[in-house]
Amino acid sequence: MQDEPTPTELIKAVADFLRDDIAPVVSGHNAFKLRVAINALDLVTRQLSLQSRSDAAEAMRLSRLLGIQGSLAELNRALADKIAKGEFDLQTPGLADHLWQTTMDKLAVDQPNYASYRRG
Amino acid sequence: MEEQLGRCVASWCPGATGVVEAVRLSGGASQETWSFDIVHPNGTVGAILRRAPQGYGAAPGRAAGLGAEAALMQLAYDAGVPSPRVLHVLQPQDELGIGFIMERVDGETIPRKILRDDRFAQARPKLAHQLGKVLGGIHGLDPAQLPELRRMTAAREIAELERDYRSFDWPRPVFELALRWLRDRDPGPSQEVTLVHGDFRHGNLIIGPDGVRAVLDWELAHLGDPMEDLGWICVNSWRFGEIDKPVGGFGAREELFAGYEAAGRSVDPERVKFWEVMGTLRWGVMCCGMMQRFRMGPEHSVERAMIGRRSSETEIDLLRLLAPRA
Repeated sequence: MQDEPTPTELIKAVADFLRDDIAPVVSGHNAFKLRVAINALDLVTRQLSLQSRSDAAEAMRLSRLLGIQGSLAELNRALADKIAKGEFDLQTPGLADHLWQTTMDKLAVDQPNYASYRRG
Repeated sequence: MEEQLGRCVASWCPGATGVVEAVRLSGGASQETWSFDIVHPNGTVGAILRRAPQGYGAAPGRAAGLGAEAALMQLAYDAGVPSPRVLHVLQPQDELGIGFIMERVDGETIPRKILRDDRFAQARPKLAHQLGKVLGGIHGLDPAQLPELRRMTAAREIAELERDYRSFDWPRPVFELALRWLRDRDPGPSQEVTLVHGDFRHGNLIIGPDGVRAVLDWELAHLGDPMEDLGWICVNSWRFGEIDKPVGGFGAREELFAGYEAAGRSVDPERVKFWEVMGTLRWGVMCCGMMQRFRMGPEHSVERAMIGRRSSETEIDLLRLLAPRA
């Protein structure tokens, strides 16, 4: 067992330090890059706290849709394949809901301020 | 850099005494852009150098080439399309690489400023109509005068997107759905084939308080279905939060179409919608490509890595287009 603080706590502390102490004294293109870097750290903390639950739910939905078991990557490959072959489409019961839910869970990590996400 | 530019400028601008204020501009990931002032007894001239940086070009096969870009910009300028004047095409003896020098047009390209700042409040309601007219002008350029450009069709574009997407080897059910949708609804080759700008959107348009001042970046220009440009500027990724104003976050499709028709051309709204879906997928695939370049490229850019994480934005936009929720 690894000791505390947790990765989430550490990353958050670094992000806050960069945001509160460093960003005000950096200018020009580096200020832009620093903002992007802070956004990246914030994304990682969101992923660390949200991923296990959304991954588990996604795997369950995929297993039900496809009728098979497997890793999340295998299940997604199987679904992508079925859509590519035309075996699954938007008329397939549960598919649209699954894609919406999965995409909303991705946006919750990647870009929770994206207007389309907030509308969804 | 100023010395080198000064030598180059002296060779084609009689009377110029030198170059000052040379700065590399940020933005434009695949090409280098420099701003500088030409000192001249008749007054300072603001100029922009656009050149290919060493060992780091645009998506191979897609780029029109800097020579074609310069030719298109000059043609557009001559035809009255808002455009910077081309001052000089780089020659080997300039030792500045491949590219060209153009007049600097004052104005704004940053979307959030154009969409929010007070000084553009008068321009915003006019922009969609204006841009329709500008596109009408671009699509009306005489095909006989155009430089050599690649010819694109919807089918070829779908095939290229699919090839790029498959090369990432990362399953994306929403992209698969979009590829199927596009293939099932491919309207076939356009009856009319025109010059297509290929990247007509925020960032490549200089806007002033009076409206559009210049169209930039002909890097992705090609011959194809003119409706492609109308669809691309409606892609949600260029609305910057103003998602109820499909044209760049400032206007309605109807205004864009009216401006286009005022230039003596006609619109096929179904094709425009088709190209909007294509454009959304295309930006998504481009985001994934950024992530590939981040992983495989020599420079470890956080910016590029984070653009990779924007592909999910296009997935939600594709779902909004293809499977809207009640």
